[in-house]
Amino acid sequence: MRLKLLGAGGGRLGSLAGLGRSGAGALALPGCLLYTRTGAAPHLTHDTLREVRGVPGVAHIALPALAEIHDVLEEYKEGAAKFMGLPDAVLYCSLHDPVTPCPSGYNTNKMVSLWGSSGRMEMTASKFMDIQRAIQPDWFQCISDGDTISGEAGRKRAKKSVDRSLSFLDICLQLQEKSPELQGSVMFGAIEGGDILEERLRSARETAKRPVGGFLLDGFQGSAMAKETKLKLIASVTAELPEDKPRIIHGIGKPDEVLECIERGVDIFESFFPFQVTERGCALVFSYDCHPDPEATVLTENGTQDLEKNGAQEDQEEVSKADPEMTPFEISLKDKKYHDDFGPLLEGCSCYCCQRHTRAYVHHLLVTNELLAGVLLMMHNFQHYFGFFSAIRDALRDSKLDQLKELVFRQALQGPANTTLR
Amino acid sequence: VLRIVAECGRSRARAGELRLPHGNVPCPVFMPVGTRGTAKGLTAAQLAALGCRICLGNTFHLGTRPGSELVRRSGGLHGFMDWPHNLLTDSGGFQMVSLLELSEVSEEGVRFQPPHGGEQILLSPEKSMEIQNALGADIVMQLDDVVSSTTTGPRVEEAMHRSVRWLDRCLAAHARPQQQLLFAIVQGGLDRVIWGSRFPAMTQRDVPGFAIGGLSGGEDKAQFWRTVKFSAEHLPRDKPRYLMGVGYATDLVVCVALGCDMFDCVFPTRTARFGSALVPWGSLQLKNQQFAKDFRPIDADCGCPTCQRYSRAYLHALLRSNTAALHLLTLHNIAYQV
Repeated sequence: MRLKLLGAGGGRLGSLAGLGRSGAGALALPGCLLYTRTGAAPHLTHDTLREVRGVPGVAHIALPALAEIHDVLEEYKEGAAKFMGLPDAVLYCSLHDPVTPCPSGYNTNKMVSLWGSSGRMEMTASKFMDIQRAIQPDWFQCISDGDTISGEAGRKRAKKSVDRSLSFLDICLQLQEKSPELQGSVMFGAIEGGDILEERLRSARETAKRPVGGFLLDGFQGSAMAKETKLKLIASVTAELPEDKPRIIHGIGKPDEVLECIERGVDIFESFFPFQVTERGCALVFSYDCHPDPEATVLTENGTQDLEKNGAQEDQEEVSKADPEMTPFEISLKDKKYHDDFGPLLEGCSCYCCQRHTRAYVHHLLVTNELLAGVLLMMHNFQHYFGFFSAIRDALRDSKLDQLKELVFRQALQGPANTTLR
Repeated sequence: VLRIVAECGRSRARAGELRLPHGNVPCPVFMPVGTRGTAKGLTAAQLAALGCRICLGNTFHLGTRPGSELVRRSGGLHGFMDWPHNLLTDSGGFQMVSLLELSEVSEEGVRFQPPHGGEQILLSPEKSMEIQNALGADIVMQLDDVVSSTTTGPRVEEAMHRSVRWLDRCLAAHARPQQQLLFAIVQGGLDRVIWGSRFPAMTQRDVPGFAIGGLSGGEDKAQFWRTVKFSAEHLPRDKPRYLMGVGYATDLVVCVALGCDMFDCVFPTRTARFGSALVPWGSLQLKNQQFAKDFRPIDADCGCPTCQRYSRAYLHALLRSNTAALHLLTLHNIAYQV
């Protein structure tokens, strides 16, 4: 694995190359992973995933689903990627699934609890490495104690998370040396420490001393940590890390938060966010186009002014009925107003769904509980999200990150700037 | 409409093609069911890639949600689903049997209380044609007076005679005979004496095709195939014969031998959503533990995308966490039936 940085200001623009078994895999940075559930993109078969543009070169799978079939993988012997029908994929195995809640209080000095479809599993460092030997991932998160996100963790708990994680890391590095199956696998060290700056710095410095291939910023999931604290800690942590190794962060998905993290030295994100949007029957419609067609801007700006008058009241009603998790970056297709809206989910979007179907059709599918709703929404939401990361890289290249930030942050407050992409 | 290419010397089977407004369809043909304007979890592109050139939409369901007017404004069901090939809609009549508690039949038509709320609807032959004209399918079905195949007595005869009268009303109300082919439906239970008396009336009507309805509803198998044989024998040779609601693979083979050309059934798609994969020797319940370490594909001889890439063991694992597993099974089951 080779990391190359192109030295743009405001973020680490670059790429990772030489990935995977074949060494032909690559990931543009800053970028995201392809979120999968047991190796398949949610709702999407191999051929429908192929219709999505900009699918990232690294797929993300969570350990619990694979741990539950450990015996199957052991018998299979040829690794999880091949088992899941992805023989050429570059696979990153995280400890937890970003979408599954992890109740607090179930870790000890020797063991971390994982949460899967059949409930809680206890994982020691050695069992963890046994399973990784059967999975044979390209990248994997080292087992760590990240149970500091509930908001009740104090300094002592934060210190424990760092101590335990370092201890796990050392054990696992030793075990990796003795495992022929894992010689080609890159271990990512998890940086813990809760919301205590001292502990975060200690975790970063100590982890960086170990021969890990990359770093994972863990414990920033959820909403318990104050935003300012979160951002300050992320910046402090990355400042301690070597430039030439990639930094992944877990649990960050919203566009504004992604930009904030990129500014603070993070390279790689998950893509569970478009999946969550899909599950609530919504479509991502936020704009990331910093160079809108001037004519279109005039039209839509005038349009929005008219709508503002009626819009305000309508939005109030809509917000109160909508899913509480809904963000300003999306529209809810279940809303009755889309019943006869014959426009695409997002004007100007080139995804499979927007090219062939209408909001009215997707609304109908959602109202009648048809499985195809999830398929079409997932295709759109993934493509839009991957396009966002592409836009970030373009903005870094063209020194226009500030404009992109301004555009996205404005929408974080107000909702989608206009309903057209260009 | 039907061009016969070959006829079997020993059975009544024939191979040919249906010449339909959205392209030719080789037959015998199995038509997947896409009740509400979607072939369940499959995209229109996937369905076409499996070789499907005709599938079904359901008039009753689409007529209630989202309503035929909305579908018409979307460019008909073809535009709504983005389906470039052929479509067949039923009349809405089958729901009379399957949702019996909510309906009431008279000479006028069928009164429905929609299960999802709303006012009572009268589905008359005229109304059914109006909806089907708006949906725009290539083949539309007459509204027929459906009785359960296990019903006996005077109701059966009443239904048959009424169906002929309703066929005439459908023919009269049909506003798009050039773009949409109206098929008649023969049925009336399993009593061949009654059937025999009525057949000439039906087959005299100048319709492009005939369907055999009222079967595949739990009747005795021996009776079932006898009725199919009798019906096929008495329907014109040079028009397509559509056996509605059939079915399982064995039944398909038998009924082709008896002279039927077109089939539809929810079974392959529905059973996929329960984790069941169809194979020539039966079906595999992939949720069962026995498949956890079975690294073979569903069927080594199957060329579908699912069998090309995935093992039974993987599908077993995927079924727990990802609806994509259901779609993979749907792909396989439709490929199998088609």
